[in-house]
Amino acid sequence: MPSIPPWLWKTIATLTTISVTLLGLLFVTFMIGRVMPIDPVLAVIGERATQAQYNDTFIALGLDRPLLVQFWIYVRDALHGDFGQSIRTGQDVSSDIARVFPATFELATLGTIFGVVIGVPLGVLAAVRRGTWIDQVARFVGLIGYSMPIFWLGLVGLLVFYGILGWVSGPGRVGIFYQGIVEPITGMLLVDSLLRGEWDVFKSAFSHIILPASLLGYFSLAYISRMTRSFMLEQMNSEYIITARVKGLSEWQVVWGHAFRNIRIQLITVIALAYANLLEGSVLTEIIFAWPGIGQYITTSLLANDMNAVLGGTIVIGSIFVGINIFSDLLYRFFDPRAK
Amino acid sequence: MKTENTFVALALAALLAGTAVTHAQAETPANMLVIANRIDDIKTFDPAESFEFAGADVSRNVYQKLVNFDPLDLDAGYQPQLAESWIVSEDGMTITFTMAEGHVFSTGNTVTAKDAEFSLRRAVSLNKTPAFILTQFGFTPENIEDTIKATDDRTLVLTLDKPYAVSFVLNCLTSTIGGVVDMQAAMENEVDGDMGNAWLRTNTAGSGPYKVVDWKPNESVLMDLNPNYNGETPALERVIVQHIQESATQRLQLERGDIDVARNLSTEDVAGLADVEGVKIVDELRGRLMYFSANQKNEMLADPKVIEALKLAADYEGMANSFLKGQYTVHQAFLPRTFLGAIDDLPFSYDIDKASAALAASAFPGCGPIKISVRDAQERIDIAQSLQNTWGQLGCDVELIVGTGAQTLDRYRAREHDIYLGAWGPDYPDPNTNAGTFAFNPDNSDAAGATGLLAWRNAWALPEMSNDTLAAVVENDTEARGAMYQELQREFQGTSPFGILFQQIEQNGMGTNVENFVAGGATTAVSYWVITK
Repeated sequence: MPSIPPWLWKTIATLTTISVTLLGLLFVTFMIGRVMPIDPVLAVIGERATQAQYNDTFIALGLDRPLLVQFWIYVRDALHGDFGQSIRTGQDVSSDIARVFPATFELATLGTIFGVVIGVPLGVLAAVRRGTWIDQVARFVGLIGYSMPIFWLGLVGLLVFYGILGWVSGPGRVGIFYQGIVEPITGMLLVDSLLRGEWDVFKSAFSHIILPASLLGYFSLAYISRMTRSFMLEQMNSEYIITARVKGLSEWQVVWGHAFRNIRIQLITVIALAYANLLEGSVLTEIIFAWPGIGQYITTSLLANDMNAVLGGTIVIGSIFVGINIFSDLLYRFFDPRAK
Repeated sequence: MKTENTFVALALAALLAGTAVTHAQAETPANMLVIANRIDDIKTFDPAESFEFAGADVSRNVYQKLVNFDPLDLDAGYQPQLAESWIVSEDGMTITFTMAEGHVFSTGNTVTAKDAEFSLRRAVSLNKTPAFILTQFGFTPENIEDTIKATDDRTLVLTLDKPYAVSFVLNCLTSTIGGVVDMQAAMENEVDGDMGNAWLRTNTAGSGPYKVVDWKPNESVLMDLNPNYNGETPALERVIVQHIQESATQRLQLERGDIDVARNLSTEDVAGLADVEGVKIVDELRGRLMYFSANQKNEMLADPKVIEALKLAADYEGMANSFLKGQYTVHQAFLPRTFLGAIDDLPFSYDIDKASAALAASAFPGCGPIKISVRDAQERIDIAQSLQNTWGQLGCDVELIVGTGAQTLDRYRAREHDIYLGAWGPDYPDPNTNAGTFAFNPDNSDAAGATGLLAWRNAWALPEMSNDTLAAVVENDTEARGAMYQELQREFQGTSPFGILFQQIEQNGMGTNVENFVAGGATTAVSYWVITK
């Protein structure tokens, strides 16, 4: 009997893990929908409906069927990307998510880029210059990022940069004059306006996104720089760093060629987590900046008892977490020969 | 989350206090109206299904009705619109409408009586939540072919099951569900026999001044002029309503001149805008009432003297002049001011001595535990806390049960509350909309399951008042009808387990150049077509 190659085993194991995780996620979200002390029928028909309308809706929602049958239908539909209809928007949840997720993706990606580009060098510098004013500044920046509520910074930012200085545009994704001009391709307005060659729309969209993205980026930056500093300090105290210095390597080679090289794997996890957190949607940022993203979508749906939307959104977020974990695993294997 | 949102609002209000925002660096185009509003309740534009505030705002500007309100003279009541006249049969059971000529849908099709017949029939057949506004006249899916009938292109005949007051019927036809849709457009887009319901959720086919050209849920609604509108061409060619959740953000946008109208300003932000150049605040009385009600299944709360004590121990003026300042006015009758039959009587004012005396005369002089069921909205929690404080002075042990809207409503409909604190808005601009729920409960048994009636939810049996309510809907002398409601409300104030507290005032912030912004008063929705700037 031919033996199964190791790579196939690994692939099968990974796929099994993903399937079990997603099935578990479906089960948990389904059960949350059923145990919530909220009448799903009332959420659909509203306060003024008659008992006859209530009964009709109860049956239409399939709530008269056994729980196991309901779960089976739920899994089957979810696997087809059908999370049902949102009672709040009247649209399919999947099309709602397809509309709101790119807005969050665009914001989170820009925010993460900002956080990585500034946070990583800042963390490295703070570790290398430990105890100097650079370290103090980096720690102060991190402290503010950790302790200041995001809505407060958002509001201050909005007041200063939009209200008083007028450097950036206000809430929303794009100026009112440009709404509906760009036919969506990816759903990300910056990308779509570039692809369509609509420069004015791009400028307007950039002017709208820069403040919330910087704000989210700042919070990523605080986390990333703090973790980078901590990882680097651990490395800088290692014996191999002393050896490298004794060998006469330049400080640049010691820091970036040796110490930083060894924290890349830990950093991947940190960055992946920071990115995943932003992809969940920063609800308060989205509310303050009237940013129609998935965080605001799920929260508003939850408050309106729109459970289809909440569950659909939760599954998408859960799948993203799974996806990012797998991606960081792959990067691990790329950077760490022991993991191959 | 709600608490966080409130905190956000308060935080920015505090931040904005004393801060000079550069005004009018931007300016909206002269032919465009930009509004910031909370529009996340829009589910559909189909008049047969739409039953939310923001949806009604769109519908009023897109769909015309047989009769409608003139936004510049709401007190005049319903006026001819698609119907130029109507006559009522001698027995009062049949109303024959003659359609006006010249009305054209945005699709280019002419409005005929067949469209009106189709629209009313489909609203009954689809039987969505607002269908009761029409079916209360005896229309059913089985009889509509006989009771809603276009005899030719200009004549529509409605046959009722009782000789209802004409004012009652016509008032109902001014509500959103009375919107006339283009039959041809709807049927061309019919899917599985839905009479165009799915299509009309996101598209519009009306003959009103505007048509919806783009809607992104929770984001924006964009309306352009209906090129076929037969009335005077509105001054504003495009209306954009942006969903802006936070009052503080709306204020910033208004101060910057990025929007023309801000519709959800908090008390703090209204106060902050008072001295801002180029901005004005326009107050308008709306139909929403705030009230508390006592479950009559609770032995203590079924004692009329206890109820009297609770009504006397509510600090109406104190609340209206503090945290509700400018946004609610004291009102103690079930019909909002400006409705036919509304009264201004305020028989209760905060008097702890009188309240204590009333309680002492009851079978529960020491009061007892009272749970106030309230949803997690800040203004309601504030009111509940005020009641908790003042009722506490009577010796009552008051506990607040705060829940989501649905949790609180579930408990209320199941008659499991002690005291419910909530709001009620009219479904249609006729006094029966509130009389029929506050003062009507023909069968108080649990089995009746009349969950739509507020009197039933509070287990309040009122056979005589229920009969009076029924009598008022068939009184054709409008003056006499109004007097009947006045009498009904005075009796209600004295005997009911309801404590009506306040009527809403909507405070809209707008540029000083915006004229004729009418949010709809207590009876209808906003009218963009008369606005100039």
